[in-house]
Amino acid sequence: MSDTADRVQKIVVEHLGVEADKVTQEASFIDDLGADSLDIVELVMAFEEEFGVEIPDDAAEKIATVGDATKYIEEHKG
Amino acid sequence: MSGLMKGKRGLIMGLANDKSLAWGIAKQLREHGAELAFTYQGEALAKRVRPLAEQLGSDFTFECDVSTMDALDDAFATLRARWDTIDFVVHAIGFSDKTELRGKYVDTSLDNFLLTMNISAYSLVAVAKRAAEMMPNGGAILTLTYYGAEKVIPHYNVMGVAKAALETSVKYLANDLGPRNIRVNAISAGPIKTLAASGIGDFRYILKWNEYNSPLRRNVTIEDVGGSGLYFLSDLSSGVTGETHHVDAGYHVVGMKQEDAPDIALDQG
Repeated sequence: MSDTADRVQKIVVEHLGVEADKVTQEASFIDDLGADSLDIVELVMAFEEEFGVEIPDDAAEKIATVGDATKYIEEHKG
Repeated sequence: MSGLMKGKRGLIMGLANDKSLAWGIAKQLREHGAELAFTYQGEALAKRVRPLAEQLGSDFTFECDVSTMDALDDAFATLRARWDTIDFVVHAIGFSDKTELRGKYVDTSLDNFLLTMNISAYSLVAVAKRAAEMMPNGGAILTLTYYGAEKVIPHYNVMGVAKAALETSVKYLANDLGPRNIRVNAISAGPIKTLAASGIGDFRYILKWNEYNSPLRRNVTIEDVGGSGLYFLSDLSSGVTGETHHVDAGYHVVGMKQEDAPDIALDQG
């Protein structure tokens, strides 16, 4: 796993309180990890803080899986 | 630990998570000995509020939807069932349709105008009326507002208008409740990245602008707000009511961009 993927996984595990092995790149935040809509907003805020990226609303709406988040961050981090 | 709030108990309304201004205030109240109860709206917030309340030694959390008066009556009945009297209330509640917290104020719909006013401004009036009934020995009520009530801030729109109504309500409530030694004040906090702020368009730009242009050349934290909240809810501010107090690194006194502030572009965030 890339460094970004590792750090994304760590944030998701901490925030959602799920087992690390469930947080695969394919895992859907809502369907597989039990996140609600507020969790998504909080996760986006946590990613922004950790990686110094901006994830605007229209991009955040398209992030459904852990892999989507990792990909967006890798493409946009400074 | 000093005990500015020793023997005092009160209600925190509008805590969402550990980034909330209400959390910054609640933590300092607890450190100074206050006993706290918390309300939340809906199960999504309940599961966030309960563990935070627990961290501050409280198992007293209950539902309160401030937009309907029956629900508000029920919440205060729940509070009264356990505590006869309270000493303070923190009102940290606001809401607007976030699609109208971008673009132009002139496009505000009637429905969202009324909804925003109801939850963000009238709720203080409704809460103050019910809280005052539980404050036979006086008390303190604190709400949270923003500079967008006084001057135009891009994207703040209808929330700015609602905050203006809120700030003016603070004055009228202070006058109505003053004879009962109940003080009503507001903290106008500088921008802080919270769950509520995530609904405001280009919020990152607002944060940068304040950091570069406030006299203290920084943004404020929930600890800054917590310290001022402690002052307003303790006897330190016993002679203060009807006030809107700026905890904004001094931004509200500034009339133009600082000479040393760099130009910032929206896309640099």
